[in-house]
Amino acid sequence: MRDRSFAPSRILIYLIVSLIAAAWLAPLVVVVLNSLRSNEEIAQASMIGWPQQWAWSNYAVAWSGFCVAETCAGIRPYMLNSALVTIPATIFSTLLGAIAGYAVSLWRFRGDNWIYGIVTLGLFLPQQMRLLPWTIVLRDVGLINTLTGLVLIHTIQGLSFTTLFCRNYYVAIPHELIRAARIDGAGFFRIFWRIIVPLSGPILIVTVIWQFTHIWNEFLYGVTFTTGQQQPVTAALIALSAAVADIPQHGVQSAAVIIAALPTLLIYLLGGKYFVRGLTAGAVK
Amino acid sequence: MRPGRPALPEWIRRLPEYLMIWVPLLLSAAHLISFSLWTIWISFTPSTLIPVTGWVGLRNYSAVLASRNWQIAFDNLLLFGGAFVVLSAATGLILAILLDQRIRGENVLRSIFLYPLAVSFVVTGTVWSWLLNPGLGIQKLVHDLGWTSFRFDWLIDRDMAIWTIVIAAIWQSSGFAMALFLAGLRSVDADIIKAAQIDGAGPVRIYRRIILPSLWPITITVAVIQLQFAISTFDLVRALTNGGPGIATQLPALVVYDLMFQRSLLGRGAAAAVLMLLILLAVLLPYAAWRYIQRRRAAHA
Repeated sequence: MRDRSFAPSRILIYLIVSLIAAAWLAPLVVVVLNSLRSNEEIAQASMIGWPQQWAWSNYAVAWSGFCVAETCAGIRPYMLNSALVTIPATIFSTLLGAIAGYAVSLWRFRGDNWIYGIVTLGLFLPQQMRLLPWTIVLRDVGLINTLTGLVLIHTIQGLSFTTLFCRNYYVAIPHELIRAARIDGAGFFRIFWRIIVPLSGPILIVTVIWQFTHIWNEFLYGVTFTTGQQQPVTAALIALSAAVADIPQHGVQSAAVIIAALPTLLIYLLGGKYFVRGLTAGAVK
Repeated sequence: MRPGRPALPEWIRRLPEYLMIWVPLLLSAAHLISFSLWTIWISFTPSTLIPVTGWVGLRNYSAVLASRNWQIAFDNLLLFGGAFVVLSAATGLILAILLDQRIRGENVLRSIFLYPLAVSFVVTGTVWSWLLNPGLGIQKLVHDLGWTSFRFDWLIDRDMAIWTIVIAAIWQSSGFAMALFLAGLRSVDADIIKAAQIDGAGPVRIYRRIILPSLWPITITVAVIQLQFAISTFDLVRALTNGGPGIATQLPALVVYDLMFQRSLLGRGAAAAVLMLLILLAVLLPYAAWRYIQRRRAAHA
């Protein structure tokens, strides 16, 4: 079965795989092509077609000219919002998750298994169970409709994933290493910075990619806790598609969709291996 | 250590360490427990626009369960969850088996099948809503090519619209099943396969008798994770059909949002959220029990 010859059965395999791959790529290709077609052209033909005239201006309009509600600043402010939420929340949740994972796996303290168990329950609890409480908390601390509020949510909720990832990675570090360092007088933080962090490269990349992708793509909290100019790009895209329902602007909308998807697509292309590792680490505990 | 100065008490010296260990972990654990309990409590109160105290027993639950919105959402969840889990696992398994045939360009193909996972559901839902829209997408294309009797209007067909969500969800996440299955295929003991080959077993027989049976544990894991995803599906539907036409593609997650933030019925919204949690537990608890038994068996073996 696993030979490299070109028997008819292998040609069939290549044919099937290529067909499925084409189907999987089709939506992306369609959007990229549409982002380069004028709105009139799309209206006359279908969404699926080759650009007659390359409408590069769609990207300029999508980036900074598009009107949602009364503001005509394109997608740019929302991209900035998403970046201002995603970058700090990714950094905070990863750093805190690394410390927490290190504490529960190597430092050990009373009740560590219990608290780790509860934290990982966060992987399963549906967002809908936390919507109302977060509304109350954000309102009470005065962070409703702010990007800081979203950073807070994603940092705390992200801990379930980041602690799990880091803990599973750190349990493989020999305890003797920690014990020896403690005998030499090294404390919690010195061991963390001098021994754990230098060993953590791969898992920190996995965690950062995972958190960045998740937070960037998140929609429910963005649409629930922010409005108007404070929304992340996922929420803005939905507002945008509602705004253009009357006058279809599919070319511009396609460009906006591409721009919004670009950060995570780039991260996937650059760190695909680590992305998959996060995927399987999250799946098989 | 420092002569002339009284040493700091141990606990003050180690305070930063305790803070760094405990504060994030406690915040995470405490918010999970308190948020869950609070939502459960609200589901038993007569809260509407704002949370209020009081006790209405199961009234919110019976109201939600009796509503057409929820009934359709629940039926849709059964259909969507079942079809999506079976079809995406099957697609993932087929892709994994094909990729496992030592073909050229495996890395590129794997990346192609996995890339939808990196993109937001809002984006993929929007794109699929265009492709499936009869006036814009595939149907329009086929009409323009001359086959005018061709029909593919599931998106606006009340009975078929839920299948458009199945299609988009399979496209989005069967790569995940593929990744897990591929890892499973690669970990099958090569010696057993070689021994079977020497015994004269063909590839089909080897797959049926040796390789596929060894994938059962992965299949169950894939199914549970995909079901969990199906139960909480929100963004994809919001972007693809927004629950429509009418409420034909309503799902529990959309009902919760609708009750909480559009109709301001907090008590009922909370009850619907708790129902979602119960559906999830109905999937996760048997899985946890199964995992526990497996692990004990492995420990005793």
